[in-house]
Amino acid sequence: MSRTLRSLWRLHRLAVIGAGVVLLFVLTGVAAPWIVPHDPNQVNVRAALRRPGGEHLLGTDSIGRDLLSRVIFGARVSLYISASAVGFGMAVGVTLGMLAAYYQRLDAPVMRFMDMLLAFPGIIVALTIISVLGRGVENLIVAIAIVQVPQFARLAYGLTLGVKSRTFVEAAVATGASDWLILGRHILPNCLAPIVVQVSLLIPGAITTAASLSFLGLGVPPPTAEWGAMLQNSLQWSRLAPHVMVIPGLALMLVVFGFNVFGDGLRDALDPRLRQVRATAPSGARPAAAGSPAGT
Amino acid sequence: MAIYAARRMLASVPILLLAVTAVFFAFQVIPGDPAQLFVGPDASQETVEAVRRELGLDRPVYVRYLEYLRRLLRGNLGLSITTRLPVTVELGSRFINTIKLAVSSIVLATVIGVLLGTVAAVKQGTMVDHVATVVALMGISIPVFWLGLLMMYLFSVQLRLLPSAGNDTWRHYFMPALSLATFSLAFIARMTRSSLLEVIRQDYVRTARAKGVPELFVVARHALRNALLPVVIIVGLRFGYMLGGAVVTEEVFAWPGMGRLLVTAVGQRDIPLIQGALLVFAASFVVVNMVVDLLYGYLDPQIRYQ
Repeated sequence: MSRTLRSLWRLHRLAVIGAGVVLLFVLTGVAAPWIVPHDPNQVNVRAALRRPGGEHLLGTDSIGRDLLSRVIFGARVSLYISASAVGFGMAVGVTLGMLAAYYQRLDAPVMRFMDMLLAFPGIIVALTIISVLGRGVENLIVAIAIVQVPQFARLAYGLTLGVKSRTFVEAAVATGASDWLILGRHILPNCLAPIVVQVSLLIPGAITTAASLSFLGLGVPPPTAEWGAMLQNSLQWSRLAPHVMVIPGLALMLVVFGFNVFGDGLRDALDPRLRQVRATAPSGARPAAAGSPAGT
Repeated sequence: MAIYAARRMLASVPILLLAVTAVFFAFQVIPGDPAQLFVGPDASQETVEAVRRELGLDRPVYVRYLEYLRRLLRGNLGLSITTRLPVTVELGSRFINTIKLAVSSIVLATVIGVLLGTVAAVKQGTMVDHVATVVALMGISIPVFWLGLLMMYLFSVQLRLLPSAGNDTWRHYFMPALSLATFSLAFIARMTRSSLLEVIRQDYVRTARAKGVPELFVVARHALRNALLPVVIIVGLRFGYMLGGAVVTEEVFAWPGMGRLLVTAVGQRDIPLIQGALLVFAASFVVVNMVVDLLYGYLDPQIRYQ
């Protein structure tokens, strides 16, 4: 076992580091309420803008809230938003993509609508949806989920088209299996690996989009400890207490970095073909990552 | 080629029409009364009714949709709710500022990105390659607004070298352009590296080396030419996103562009302005995409237009 681990480390150093960061992020997010040293929303004006060290390991913000606790809770908020948004986006997108590929009459209406969504940068789509629905965590999740839908739909569409013509699907059709059975039991399992890779590659974008929107004041409302909102709040204090601006951003960057290198590694491991397709994609097959970066 | 170009242009019409339709109907389901929103909360019931008739809000939705299309064709995007100026006037100057920022960013990203990627590929496996790879990974991972804030803190607050907001002089371009460029720069560098590594192992590159072509020419003239084809697509796509997606960068550096306008408009629920901005984004993205497709076909003789 240790030999396997060691060779894994030697071959995929970055991916292993990424997996470590992702794991740390998920554990922190899940366990946040039990591991925070202070109440993240406890205001104490007399202890405002403390430097890191002492009772407050990472210092305090402009109204004396403990930064470490807020960063930890920020991980929870970030995890909740990105996981639900990408989860919803995947469920809807994969379903739409598979149906569009399987039923020819759905093809044009569904996929053209997806193309239209892809004609807007992700953050613009999210902004629009928030301007219709209003602010709030749930609306933010819906907005980011809708940004993910076309990405998953495109992927599932392509994969389903490929699998649909294979012999085992023909055999299933010949035995009189229902469409739902064929889609769910025969086609879906053969599309799963690239979809899992896609999830790991889209989560960092979802995290950044959520933080960007909160930074713009259109995402998670205060006083919730959210990294982007914390950064917005730190702006006017950056001269006095730069650590208030550095720490949440560092956390955000670390997590995004972790997911990026972990996703790359996962892609190489699960779907070596994808890498080739991406590296040499002609105009028809756009690299998905070019569309996913959020918050430019 | 001309036929292909014409067909490609025609193909983007449905996408645009779909975008117009979506932008129109998305704001039909919005909670609240648009007429009330237009006149403000203090207006009397009669005024609200008068405005409703004037804006045509008392007519059925499909009539208004057709009316909306007719107005669009005449280049009329309506009036902004907050400033009462035509949306086209509001958007015009902002869009030029956004284009200026996007062009400087994409130039920066392409030049540095290709250079970084090429050096990494040529020195594959060395320290230089590892450093370039890690720099590229950081560039992909760093949140744009945080990078902007850090730069602002360093160059404006501490060193007092660069102005932190606005777009009046050339010195105002440095930080916003670099922030906006970082992701694309890193992405282009990665793409260039992997693409060049693939090309550099091919026979014709070996032939060039064998006949004694200097290494610099082998890379620049023989390998890069083919390796940059996929990079062209990325550059084009990224440019398209920059035109629409510079929301955060513009907000951080108070750059008076489209993105900032959109954020303000969303904050004030200025629906005609939001719709106008969205349509400009969609149109510019579709146009950029089309140019990229045509350019790709022009650059790669292996693609035949059928």
